Amino acid sequence: MITHAPILIIVTPLISAFFNILIGLWRRWLCYPFVITVLSACVFSSIAILDTVINYGTIHYKLGGWTPPWGIEYVIDHLNAFMAVIVSFISLIVAVYSKRSIEQELSEKIVYFYTIYLLLVTGLLGIIVTGDVFNLYVFLEIASLAGYALIAIGEDRAPLASFEYVIIGTVGACFYLLGVGYLYIVTGSLNMTDLSQLLPNLYHSKVVLVAFAFLMVGVAVKMAFFPLHVWLPDAYTYAPSTVSALVAATMTKVGAYVMIRIMFTLFKPYFSIELLPVTTVLGWIAVVAMMFGCIFAMAQSDLKRMLCYILIAEVGYIVLGVSFANRMGLTGAILHILNDAFMMACLFSVAGAIMYKIGKRDIKDFRHLHRKMPFTMAAFTIAALSVIGIPPTCGFFSKWYLILGAIDAQQWIFAVALMISSLLSAIVFFRVIENTYFEPRVPVHAHNGGTHEEIKMDEAPLSMLIPIFIMVAGILTLGIFSGKIISNVIQFAVPASF
Amino acid sequence: MGTIEFIISKYNYWIYVLLMMIGFYAMIAKRNLVKKIVGMNIFQTAIILFFVSTGSKKGASIPIIQNGHGDVVSHAVNAAQYVNPLPHVLMLTAIVVMVSTFGVALALIIMIYRKYGTLEEDEIFEMSEILRLRK
Repeated sequence: MITHAPILIIVTPLISAFFNILIGLWRRWLCYPFVITVLSACVFSSIAILDTVINYGTIHYKLGGWTPPWGIEYVIDHLNAFMAVIVSFISLIVAVYSKRSIEQELSEKIVYFYTIYLLLVTGLLGIIVTGDVFNLYVFLEIASLAGYALIAIGEDRAPLASFEYVIIGTVGACFYLLGVGYLYIVTGSLNMTDLSQLLPNLYHSKVVLVAFAFLMVGVAVKMAFFPLHVWLPDAYTYAPSTVSALVAATMTKVGAYVMIRIMFTLFKPYFSIELLPVTTVLGWIAVVAMMFGCIFAMAQSDLKRMLCYILIAEVGYIVLGVSFANRMGLTGAILHILNDAFMMACLFSVAGAIMYKIGKRDIKDFRHLHRKMPFTMAAFTIAALSVIGIPPTCGFFSKWYLILGAIDAQQWIFAVALMISSLLSAIVFFRVIENTYFEPRVPVHAHNGGTHEEIKMDEAPLSMLIPIFIMVAGILTLGIFSGKIISNVIQFAVPASF
Repeated sequence: MGTIEFIISKYNYWIYVLLMMIGFYAMIAKRNLVKKIVGMNIFQTAIILFFVSTGSKKGASIPIIQNGHGDVVSHAVNAAQYVNPLPHVLMLTAIVVMVSTFGVALALIIMIYRKYGTLEEDEIFEMSEILRLRK
């Protein structure tokens, strides 16, 4: 079993997606436990993979026994295994959370919802484990297509937002495919390991430079990196709350992972750092992304839309860490992928829970919400503090490494920009927290003798609260264990030449 | 080599670039949603053309080994005689992906049409404003 874990992690959700329809036609209520079981199996196999990688090193899995340059090979090193654990764990937690909110928002489409949900997880995990550039394109499109469908079943302008995402996302995927084609013309190979050995002799060829540009732009579209982010706020705002929580936490992070792979595995680090000034350019765009995201988040009155802009800023953080191109910076970036997945999943789940209970997302309507939903708002506050970067939470630790990276790279402006954007996100979140906790209590009617409005506690259901609190526990403990995570996993994921 | 000769000798790539730009233009500039996805389809087809044309060779035949029946191929295989089949195989997969993208886009268009009663972008935005205000 364990030797086939790399393929099982993809095949299990893929096959279950089809069985899910049959089970759903027979007994609808069975879908939810079935999906939970499948995703738990994914979590177990991804943890088993991570354990194997930590103990025995990189796993090479040959699909169908074909040897690498010809057949498709799945290569799992520390970075992949780490990402697989994040994605499968977050998708399990969000699936647990989904029960009540899906019943309320999409009561007739539960069966199809879970089917597409499993396909999305298949795509994301496939992108992570594959070691073949064309295979990666296929999985990228599986994940994106599932994403389009899931976003389109949301409320209000969701179909329109999803359509925009289809158009832009397809351009991104096609650019990636073109990049793969150019690499294939000059090398005749599609295997990542093989390509990374063949490419160095061709680094000055214009075809390779163009291929690199196409690959980077394609991935930047998929991860909503700053100038190419326009599809994200609409799509993630109108999507069903469960879907927002899943895609916000995983999709952009997987994009960031692909970017790291292309820059440091497919191409040798010195190509992306010295031959082309990619890292310098990325660094400056990332700073703009951080500032832009935070400033636009301030202007939003819709909680989910505000979180979307924060997400764009967070993508900026990750890319900034990558652009330092030193050990500290990249460690910070990879750690931030983990932390941000938890923070975003938590924040979007809280937004979903508020939607579930009061049916509104406007920040103005949150007055005294802490009396009605004390636990949910407590979770929101902790996740918000983590995004800002307050010490015991995990957000602080990744920002710490990012700033250390900036200092190592002697990029003082970037270090200052990191702190300024933290302050900006503090303003963004304290606006919400102030509105909820510190607004003065208003008398209901003046003639009522000025009695205060009585607000009864009316919490979100337990099936939502427990996943939210698991994520909060993650936010609080991941920070404390970040040293262990770095020494066991991340330090091996950073290229040795750094 | 003169410019004209350079253009003619690589005509397949020029056509691919031209088609891709036509598709790209339609996706960005057209206000009608159906025209947008037609543009998207042209854009994707251009990429198929690019891949397929990279596999071709002058004077080569289809990639089936001649006299290759039986257990062992008795003669050396000269790769120059055969068209490279791999780009074609890749494009089979890519076509499947593109068809599904097209299908999803069409389904979305049906959803949009049911909601707003039009497929012109400007009118949709007007309609969605009206719907929002009515709430």
